[in-house]
Amino acid sequence: MSVVAFLMLCAAALLGVALLAMAASHARAATALVYGASLAICIVGTALSIAALTGRAGAATRLILPLGVPWIGAHFAIDSLSAFFLAVVNIGGAAASLYGLGYGTHEDEPHRVLPFFPAFLAGMNLVVLADDAFSYLLSWEFMSLASWALVIAHHRDAENRRAGFVYLIMASVGTLALLLAFGLLAGPDGHYDFEAIRLGARAPLTSALVLVLVLIGAGSKAGLVPLHAWLPLAHPAAPSHVSALMSGVMTKVAIYAFIRIVFDLAGALPWWSGALLLAVGSLSAVLGVLQALMQDDTKRLLACSTIENIGIIFIGLGLALAFRADGVAAAAALAMTAALLHVLNHSFFKSLLFFGAGAVLTATGDRNMDRLGGLIHRMPVTSFLFLAGCMAISALPPLNGFVSEWLTFQAVLQSPDLPQWALKVMVPAAGGLLALAAALAGAAFVKTFGITFLGRPRSTEAANAKEVDRFSLSAMTLLALLCLIAGIVPGFIMDAVAPITRNLAGAALPLQSKLPWLTIVPSFESGSSYNGLLIFLFIAFSSLLAVWAIHRFASHAIRRAPAWDCGFPDPSPATQYSGSGFAQPIRRVFLTRTPATREQLSMPAPGDMRAARFTLTIADPLWDWLYQPFVSAVEIAALQLNKLQFLTIRRYLSLVFLSLVSLLLVLAIWS
Amino acid sequence: MELISALLVQLMQMMLVLWAAPLLTGFVRKVKARLQRRQGPPILQPYRDILRLLKKEVVVANNASWIFRVAPYLIFAATWVAAALVPTFAKGLLFSWSADLIAIIALLASARFFLALAGMDIGTAFGGIGSSREMMIASLAEPAMLLVVFTMALVARSTQLSAVADLLASSGVGLRVSLGLAMVGLIIVAIAENGRIPVDNPATHLELTMVHEAMVLEYSGRHLAMIELAAAVKLLLYVSLIGCIFVPWTLAAPGGSTASHLAGFGAYIAKLALFGFLLAVFETAIAKMRVFRLPDFVGGALMLGLLGTLLLFASRSL
Repeated sequence: MSVVAFLMLCAAALLGVALLAMAASHARAATALVYGASLAICIVGTALSIAALTGRAGAATRLILPLGVPWIGAHFAIDSLSAFFLAVVNIGGAAASLYGLGYGTHEDEPHRVLPFFPAFLAGMNLVVLADDAFSYLLSWEFMSLASWALVIAHHRDAENRRAGFVYLIMASVGTLALLLAFGLLAGPDGHYDFEAIRLGARAPLTSALVLVLVLIGAGSKAGLVPLHAWLPLAHPAAPSHVSALMSGVMTKVAIYAFIRIVFDLAGALPWWSGALLLAVGSLSAVLGVLQALMQDDTKRLLACSTIENIGIIFIGLGLALAFRADGVAAAAALAMTAALLHVLNHSFFKSLLFFGAGAVLTATGDRNMDRLGGLIHRMPVTSFLFLAGCMAISALPPLNGFVSEWLTFQAVLQSPDLPQWALKVMVPAAGGLLALAAALAGAAFVKTFGITFLGRPRSTEAANAKEVDRFSLSAMTLLALLCLIAGIVPGFIMDAVAPITRNLAGAALPLQSKLPWLTIVPSFESGSSYNGLLIFLFIAFSSLLAVWAIHRFASHAIRRAPAWDCGFPDPSPATQYSGSGFAQPIRRVFLTRTPATREQLSMPAPGDMRAARFTLTIADPLWDWLYQPFVSAVEIAALQLNKLQFLTIRRYLSLVFLSLVSLLLVLAIWS
Repeated sequence: MELISALLVQLMQMMLVLWAAPLLTGFVRKVKARLQRRQGPPILQPYRDILRLLKKEVVVANNASWIFRVAPYLIFAATWVAAALVPTFAKGLLFSWSADLIAIIALLASARFFLALAGMDIGTAFGGIGSSREMMIASLAEPAMLLVVFTMALVARSTQLSAVADLLASSGVGLRVSLGLAMVGLIIVAIAENGRIPVDNPATHLELTMVHEAMVLEYSGRHLAMIELAAAVKLLLYVSLIGCIFVPWTLAAPGGSTASHLAGFGAYIAKLALFGFLLAVFETAIAKMRVFRLPDFVGGALMLGLLGTLLLFASRSL
């Protein structure tokens, strides 16, 4: 049997687990059974996809099942691109299942989570495996619906119901856009098989239209600005391990959809498509991280930071598209490698951080960091692992986030030789915005870690928190280790994605793993190099040297005493900085005089004993400008159409007659 | 043999950085004091301070966590590693290929990350104010620095510091508008990152104007010594960086004679003295800014960096 067949069996097994869970979700052992089975299947899936990616699987890579539309059948296939994304999906799925073994036991209504969790995993696997438009869209919709069911798992909370509603609408709009894109790709003859679509010739205008439609369809699922508004609502609403899957993995499936259609199926695209991606990507990066900085809810902050990271990935993809259109294959390969590496890295650290937020939620029952604090004393292991995730996502060496951002910067620096003036202006601007986003991400995660884990507890729940179970901790440890490994030996991953860039960008980076000391050198002409392993060793060596020298030659006396605080320590934990207080300087620098923030201060007159009140509202202006008009339009249209419900049968018949005649008329004029 | 001599130069360089950093700080303080018609502490005072701090016991707040105790060493290590990657008196450092300019910036960002966390660990208002303002300044200074690096990297076609220094030392480059913009930008970033006037006052103990000092308020003894030493090394790093990029002619070539290394060393000390003197004059001549005027100042560096990069995207020869 070929590797595709095995992977399809994995997906089928996940669906089987889902059915089983539906039948037996009230059983006591259901939680352990479902997550255990998902874990086992995902591990097999990871092994298979890595084997396929490194070329150790057999040659037969296609599978045609007699399902779906009768004369088409369902095609499934695996190539290097889908193998890479399958690895991302299954590693994330394995980690989430492992975490779920512990976290899932705290679930109040497990029957609302258990059946959908494996179904969601199966859906993501199937999207990546699908090789014709029909099964692709079917799996995509299945994935969306399964995740929707998980978003409204805690449906008694009105906010979650609203999030589920918004998500459902956005998912439908996205699928509609993808449907239209496939319709355009298939052309008048209707080739739904990817192989046939690849061979078909189409006008440049059609390709451009496909690009825009895919940007709406896949971009809305990935959370690109301006289609991001659902993401900070929906991702945090789900249980934490599902949030991790949605943010860390499902957005990557959307990226897969984008790469598959735009780079693989749509054929050659003009240079401005790269410029469009750059603009959307850099806007997402900066707006996403600014929005993240303003959040006080840890899970929502993490969801907003996903928008930023998706933006970084799209900057890489945009550069790759622009380079490819201008025939600079080596630079296109570099940009694409950077984007793919960031896909993998983001799936690691975002899942890790959501797991950490879930652990805090389990331990304290609270997501608002302004009611937490001091958790480092109560939850030492969680806090250490969460810190590793914060460092990775803030792009600090020697962890993995830095490597992919470094590669993206290197790709930016390759672009002055692009001939188009629009790109010459846009690329440095995008590079600057990327740098800004990276710095702001550092601030956002100092805030997250500092307010939640450091300082003094701000509530009794935080003061009495307990460390979480071993399953959750081992899932987080696994991901933190992956962050470190991907950070110090990125050369192996870069080599693994080389076949993808060779297929889609027309070139590959030079072989990295043979370079001395596992250095990475994206191109030999520039000679820029980075070595995560050595940096890691240097930091370890010099800090240990400093510790040793100090403890050998200097004093090691230590005394515990009350905090100094310039002589006026205040016992109330409310005197510490709060989350919004921490972000206030940055808010004042970047967001004053924008409609995004409204501050209201009511200060009592002198002598008045009333307490002063300060209210801060942070809105997403895009919500008012873009979504609200759309929603109102839909409502008005619905009201008008509502009148059609109360007609007499005669009128209905005449309506049917009229529409038939007009449709036939259109057909007659058309042909 | 070549490896041993290269290793020797690398080790000497690392020790030189440690040795010279407090000296530079002391020198700047002395010049500032003389400019203000004060006697000022002796130039060697920073060494004495650090040695005395090392001998004292550490007083740690009751609710300090392990972050508070680990951070000084990590801050010091990250800063020291970054400084070891910047050529001071000789080019061709043994490990210079292991990290480029972007990685050096990121190492400094790691140090800042831990310093900001350490400031928030005790849970005092001062620690929070320092961390929050430090991250605000960094959110502008770091992208500015990266754009300055882009400018230099586009000229040299490499982000490797040794390649940049090599190219700028050769006669092929000459005077360039973009490099001029980059220099001004880099100097502004250096002032902001090191917490010098007008961004922050290293000598202040007036609480509401503190940024760096507020974060380290709770530190004492050997921990404080490590942080002070790291701050001195960071100042030296920026001075070396400016010297290595914009005055690269005095760097000794790899494998050069002992005499050339000695000459490079002398020139390096001269560079430190010159930049230290200029810094002291600048700090004496200017007043501290209000915190919310800083974005204009540091944002200026960001714009200069962007302008330099844009110019080079327009034409490689600008």
